Amino acid sequence: MSSFLSQEVPLSWYLILSAILFSLGVAGFLIKRNLITIFMSIELMLNGVNLSFVTFAHQWHAVKGQIFVFFVMMVAAAEAAVGLAIIIAVFRARATLAVDRIDRMKL
Amino acid sequence: MNYSFHLWLIPILPFAGFLINGILGRRLPKWLVTSFALLAPFASFFVVLDCARLAYSYGYTVCKGCVATSGSIFLPNVETCPLPWLNISALHIDFSFVLDQLSLVMLLVVTGVGFLIHVYSVGYMNDDEGYARYFSYLNLFLFFMTVLVLAGNALVMFVGWEGVGLASYLLIGFYFQKKSAADAGKKAFIVNRIGDVGFLIAMFLLVANFGTLTFTEIAAKLGQDPGWQGGVVTVIALCLMLGAAGKSAQLPLYIWLPDAMEGPTPVSALIHAATMVTAGVYMVARTHVLFAHSPFALGVVAVIGTATAIFAATIALVQNDIKRVLAYSTISQLGYMFLGCGVAAYSAAIFHLVTHASFKALLFLAAGAVIHSLGGEQDLRKMGGLWRKLPVTFAVTTVGVLAISGFWPFAGFFSKDAILYAAFFHGTGGKLLWFVGVLTALLTSFYMFRLWYMAFMGESRSPEIHPHESPWSMRGPLVILALLSIGGGWIGIQRISVFLEPSVGVIVPDAGSYHFSFSTYHFSLSWELILSIVAVFMALEGWLLADKFYRRKPARPAQCATVLPGTYNLLVNKYFVDEFYGATVVKPLLAFSKYILEWVVEIGILGGAAWMLGGIANFAGAILQRWQSGNLRSYAAWLAAGAAALLLFLLVPWATALASLGAIHLGVAGH
Repeated sequence: MSSFLSQEVPLSWYLILSAILFSLGVAGFLIKRNLITIFMSIELMLNGVNLSFVTFAHQWHAVKGQIFVFFVMMVAAAEAAVGLAIIIAVFRARATLAVDRIDRMKL
Repeated sequence: MNYSFHLWLIPILPFAGFLINGILGRRLPKWLVTSFALLAPFASFFVVLDCARLAYSYGYTVCKGCVATSGSIFLPNVETCPLPWLNISALHIDFSFVLDQLSLVMLLVVTGVGFLIHVYSVGYMNDDEGYARYFSYLNLFLFFMTVLVLAGNALVMFVGWEGVGLASYLLIGFYFQKKSAADAGKKAFIVNRIGDVGFLIAMFLLVANFGTLTFTEIAAKLGQDPGWQGGVVTVIALCLMLGAAGKSAQLPLYIWLPDAMEGPTPVSALIHAATMVTAGVYMVARTHVLFAHSPFALGVVAVIGTATAIFAATIALVQNDIKRVLAYSTISQLGYMFLGCGVAAYSAAIFHLVTHASFKALLFLAAGAVIHSLGGEQDLRKMGGLWRKLPVTFAVTTVGVLAISGFWPFAGFFSKDAILYAAFFHGTGGKLLWFVGVLTALLTSFYMFRLWYMAFMGESRSPEIHPHESPWSMRGPLVILALLSIGGGWIGIQRISVFLEPSVGVIVPDAGSYHFSFSTYHFSLSWELILSIVAVFMALEGWLLADKFYRRKPARPAQCATVLPGTYNLLVNKYFVDEFYGATVVKPLLAFSKYILEWVVEIGILGGAAWMLGGIANFAGAILQRWQSGNLRSYAAWLAAGAAALLLFLLVPWATALASLGAIHLGVAGH
């Protein structure tokens, strides 16, 4: 038991989790119709990638990976702000958030 | 010392007039356009006169290896542009002008008659909208014509040669809204191109065989080596003759000249009677050394000239358009000039060129005055009785008709007589040429008096028209030209030939029997008198015939037409030459253009290729546009599929490597 607790979590578990998160994001992006859900799937993909960055940074004792993660988080925050504003504008214009029905540039 | 005449001024002045009137003419007031247009040719006429005065006052010297002394002027005076024009390995061509006796005579005609016709045009074109355009073209013509005349080598001459063709095209098609005028311009241009091919080939052959295009150098090389005889020289001479036949409207390329009458009448007088069409004669005289070395080519020139003379004269017998009668008469008279060249009597040909320029310009301008006063009517059958209404025009036309018919003492008598006299003493075939020439003189007299009777005599056939005499700007030139037509012949063939001797009378070895020089030939007075009397008698006979047909028995022409319907039809339809060319040249060419060039090449190959390229792009677009659905999730799916494909491609080598590793491992394990 103590041996189990004292043991480190293997690297592959992190990577597998990261891949699962990313795949969930991709699947959600492809399957979901709601624009906001799609938006959230994008965040999921970004965080899946973040996790693998952190993992490798820890593995190789390189701080660069963690810096990357901060960058990604910062960009994601900005993106969330802009993206949500666009989504609101789209909703006001078309009264729908179903991407299948938002397939024209012009109204 | 070579005195400088500043020959470049002669062409450049009309060119300045062309530029000013061509660019600014529309915005300038009319009086300014007129003064520029008249000043340019007058100034260049003045320069020519000055050259002539200088040449005479210093006493021109013929330079044949003599040492130049200061103060004297030598008359082949060459002035070359200081910059070389073409410099291709061994071939040097300069832009050079040459003033000698021949070009001096020609320049006096071109600028003198040209100026008179400019003056006349002021009255004639007064009401025309394209007044400035007309004068800019006319000045352009004078520019190119003087370049042609002054040319010191064949290439400079060719520049002028093509340029006058362009000016002629522009002026024939002056009333370009009229389809017939535009077509006539194109016809003239295209037929002239055929002749120009001859000129070009002749130039290529000259470069290939003599290595130069300068007239004096060619003459020198021919003179050095008596071996030049026939062969390639004949080919060059015949090619030059083809060019001359195109420009001077000789058989078989004369067809453009009658149609060229679509242009304004002063243009017909200047370009299509007095100056441009004589360029061919001038060119043959200029290159006479080549012809002198090829008796065959000379014979061809003589035969073409004679045949054209009588051919055109017979057509002129039955034409009813006053300008067309004159056009065929011009072709016929040009035939005389070529006959003169063909019997090596170049001075006689140039003499006839000069007198013809005055009386034919006179006749055309008089015809223009008639047409002008009748409000554009050109049909002889609707004229008549004009002598009372247009006394001045009537008087000058009478002078012109007497001159062209060859009555003593008018200008035409002397020059035509000189040509016929030379022909008579030219070998064995000369008698035949002379006979045809005299017969043509009879026809000439007949159709000119026919015109005279139909237009001016009898009673008016259109009483509703009230003609009025033209303004003085038109009558002035007419009177001056009439005086020239009366007195011009008195220069005399002997004085002309002595004057031209240095230019065209170079004694050529081995061509003694073909060389005919009036200055060295002792005139046989009795022969000359007999031949002259025969010629005048023929002219008189023509007059009497015309008098009988068109005054005493007006029913006679119609009777003749019914008695000889075949001949009459042949003549009225101008021997069906236009139809013949239409069937043999124009139709096949059009068919070739339509079926081969249009259908096969244009529609089939070019159109097909364009259609196929367009089709491919269209098809690809039709397929690819389905991608651009606008559906976000489909884009995302393609993106994911792409990423998956990329991954797969990266993984395949890994997978195969892994598989082979596994197989080895299994194989080892199996042991």
